[in-house]
Amino acid sequence: MPEARVIPLRPDDDDPYVPPPSSPGWEGQVAGGLEFLQRRLTGGYDTDEFGFDPDLADHVLLPALRPLFQKWFRVETVGLENVPADSGALVVANHSGTVPIDALMTTVALHDEHPAARRFRLLGADLVFEIPVIGAMARKLGATLACNEDAERLLTEGELVGVFPEGFKGIGKPFRERYTLQRFGRGGFVSAALRTGAPIVPCAIVGAEEIYPMIGNARTAARLLGLPYFPITPTFPLLGPLGLVPLPSKWLIAFGEPIETASYGPAAAEDPMLVFNLTDQVRETIQHSIYQLLLRRSSVFGK
Amino acid sequence: MPPAVVLVTGVSRWLGGALAAELAADPAITRVIGVDTVPPSPEMLRRLGRTEFVRADIRNPLIGKVIAAASVDTVVHMNISSTPAGSGGRVPMKELNVIGTMQLLAACQRAPSVRRFVLKSTSAVYGASSRDPAVFTETMQARQVPSGGFARDSVDIEGYVRSFARRRPDVEVAVLRFTNFIGPRIDSLLTGFLRMPLVPTALGYDARVQLLHEDDALAVLRRATTGSFTGTVNVGGAGTLLLSQAIRRLGRIELPLPSPALGSVGRLSRRFGFVDYSPEQMRFLNFGRVVDTSVLRTDFGYSPRFTTAAALADYARTVPPVVDPGTVHSVTDGLRSLLGRVGGAATAVEQRLRPAPPAPGLRAVRDA
Repeated sequence: MPEARVIPLRPDDDDPYVPPPSSPGWEGQVAGGLEFLQRRLTGGYDTDEFGFDPDLADHVLLPALRPLFQKWFRVETVGLENVPADSGALVVANHSGTVPIDALMTTVALHDEHPAARRFRLLGADLVFEIPVIGAMARKLGATLACNEDAERLLTEGELVGVFPEGFKGIGKPFRERYTLQRFGRGGFVSAALRTGAPIVPCAIVGAEEIYPMIGNARTAARLLGLPYFPITPTFPLLGPLGLVPLPSKWLIAFGEPIETASYGPAAAEDPMLVFNLTDQVRETIQHSIYQLLLRRSSVFGK
Repeated sequence: MPPAVVLVTGVSRWLGGALAAELAADPAITRVIGVDTVPPSPEMLRRLGRTEFVRADIRNPLIGKVIAAASVDTVVHMNISSTPAGSGGRVPMKELNVIGTMQLLAACQRAPSVRRFVLKSTSAVYGASSRDPAVFTETMQARQVPSGGFARDSVDIEGYVRSFARRRPDVEVAVLRFTNFIGPRIDSLLTGFLRMPLVPTALGYDARVQLLHEDDALAVLRRATTGSFTGTVNVGGAGTLLLSQAIRRLGRIELPLPSPALGSVGRLSRRFGFVDYSPEQMRFLNFGRVVDTSVLRTDFGYSPRFTTAAALADYARTVPPVVDPGTVHSVTDGLRSLLGRVGGAATAVEQRLRPAPPAPGLRAVRDA
């Protein structure tokens, strides 16, 4: 007969009573705001060599994006355990939605939902940094130019770098081609990962395709404005500024299993065959995971 | 082997004069010859000590005679003007910069005594555009070759120095690419710019700025002159600031203007002799420029004592702020204490109206 076990009747009694933590009251919030204002007025905050301003990102940019993330798109994240907590990695994702909101939502997802609250350092096209205000804000949110030098510098510093290899081909594709991955550039992201030995985390984003369904492209307007495309959606430019409100589709963001690159060694970046194979592998993984997520999502605008 | 006879061009300016004064204070160096087109100020002349001053234009072949007669072995070329205002317009500026360098190099090539050449260049050779990587290393080149002004001159000058190095392989050549200088005494583009109470900036852009303190600049020049480093090296302080942040730290007021308006403000301010900014400097204001300084720290063997932030703070001692940080602090502190009182009163009222439920005191149950 096994020995009798003593089971405490009221185990809670041994712990002192702890009142439930109260959320910071309005005084605390206003005081925090005052402190923030004081820091901003006197320049007493830090920025890095890429122009990243964590103070502004945490107190203004991310809070501004949070309602969009939680309420509007109801973003669900899957597979965050595949994103390393404290080392460099290259997150490769599909790009869609006419306006790069998918990049912003992934930034919020990795900061708010990842246990290590990772900073997502996006790589953007040079056009982004040419546009006033947008370019400056992108840098302050942690983005930098998509070039191998910057990607490798960030990866060696142990940052989580995000890249959308489809570029404008992906984000500006017509609605009927939704959820089909476009060509993956020249595989520059793979050679950056190989050179730094950082793992590649494939990431699939479902839901961004429906926010601005692009049914037409006004090429003349695009050429006049110097843009790669000028979207025509069912509501834009028909309804004017109201057409800028994104449709509230349901979003799913899935991070796949990391593809390890360190074992190839940095010299492998000079082997085009390997680079193409890896690029293809990443692309296939993302496409596959997009289909899985689409099956999981019961309806486009559902819960 | 330390140099015996050093020739420093551009000695009438602060940095050139300070370098000549330091070299003159070193007993290991036999002679220090300073060259400039304008005589140094009396105060500078006192500091120069035993430096021999030669009033000569490096655009003039006379410089060759000076080098040959004194059998100069080390030449430090610092007579490169960054602003048209300082040299009487863009055309004389280009002539001084490019033709002057060519003359000086021609003279050095003829002089067998010369065995070391140090060029004070600038990180402006990397240009500034939205297509550039965030951080430049020495091996990178400008994606868009700067089209005019100081940066273009500097690119040309570096080219001439490289071809000089090919023609005279026995001469050690060191090219120092400095970031923007700052400090209480130096007179640089940025010090004049940031001294204005209202600082015009490009609307919608925020440049990344990397600064180098004048003391570090001097130490690097001295080490390059007396040491044995050859090649190209970026020189800048650790860390960066955003332009808006630097303006706030100095207590200035930022005045964001649309880029076209900024051009006319620049022309106006040049006419009235304040600060002048040319199109290339405007591009710098848009995008900024950061250089990688690992070569400086490892191969060259010098770590700047001042970070970018510390250099700016040291400069800030000499510029009285328009927006006093003390006032900002006292105002926010006042608001905070007011908030504390209001918050305290509000909680008291709330507790009176809705008393919090008492903590459950159930410990006695266990004995029952």
